[in-house]
Amino acid sequence: MIPLSSYLILGAILFAISIAGIFINRKNVIVLLMCIELMLLAVNINFIAFSHFLGDTAGQVFVFFILTVAAAEAAIGLAILVVVFRNRQTINVSELNTMKG
Amino acid sequence: MTFFEVVFYAFSTLMVVAALGVVSARNPVHSVLFLVLTFFAGSAIWLLLEAEFLAITLVLVYVGAVMVLFLFVVMMLDINITRMREGLMRYAPFGIAIAILLIVQMIMVVGPENFGLQAFAAPELHGADYSNTKELGRVLYTDYVYAFELASVILLVAIVAAITLTMRRRPNTRHQIPGEQMKVMKQDRLRIVNMKSETIDSEDK
Repeated sequence: MIPLSSYLILGAILFAISIAGIFINRKNVIVLLMCIELMLLAVNINFIAFSHFLGDTAGQVFVFFILTVAAAEAAIGLAILVVVFRNRQTINVSELNTMKG
Repeated sequence: MTFFEVVFYAFSTLMVVAALGVVSARNPVHSVLFLVLTFFAGSAIWLLLEAEFLAITLVLVYVGAVMVLFLFVVMMLDINITRMREGLMRYAPFGIAIAILLIVQMIMVVGPENFGLQAFAAPELHGADYSNTKELGRVLYTDYVYAFELASVILLVAIVAAITLTMRRRPNTRHQIPGEQMKVMKQDRLRIVNMKSETIDSEDK
């Protein structure tokens, strides 16, 4: 059988890849949002693996709620992106400096 | 190698390769398609972990709705890709170093010596009469019913926020105002005029 550590390592690798993606694609907001989705997927794999190995359904319920929140986050994030693009004609992070943050 | 191991290693390799494609693809549309592939492989892994309901939900909700929304936005916005790519190589070594450091650290924590089969024995697989959907629904509607209702409120807020953010009234567009239409009275539109009746021969003259 496949040990729990294999699933956890898979989740860790996915998480690390998405963090590297945030560093690499730090100009494109759409790819940044996609990296966040990838991170949530990595976390969900850990939740489901523990739920399976501990015989507790609570982990799957948490994954259900994470999926809900991630869908809401993606919808609002993309809506903000569309509004920003409509006003500035760009989604390059380095040009979005009106707030001098 | 058992059947389970073949499926696990095949789909986890596919998943890692597709994830690398997401972060390294030149075109954002290709990134979205690689992310769809990642989610498909992920749902296969979840099926292996007996989370059938969530695996199908991942395909239906994530691939079917969220990723299509991403695809719409990526294709709708006219993005200058070459401008986006400049300065990419400057941060790539830094990002890759951090990723490798993170992987090494996490494997030291969650590796086989701490979470192997000795520490967590593989559970017995459920029989054919076990329903994951039924089990999840039983927990969701009893123990987690308030959280479930809060999730519905979150989705409502997301709908309202997305619509109010993207809705706009341009000055030169034509649209109906239903309130004005309802307030119209008969005397605003109809004018009754008294006049003599006309005959055909009067028209001929």
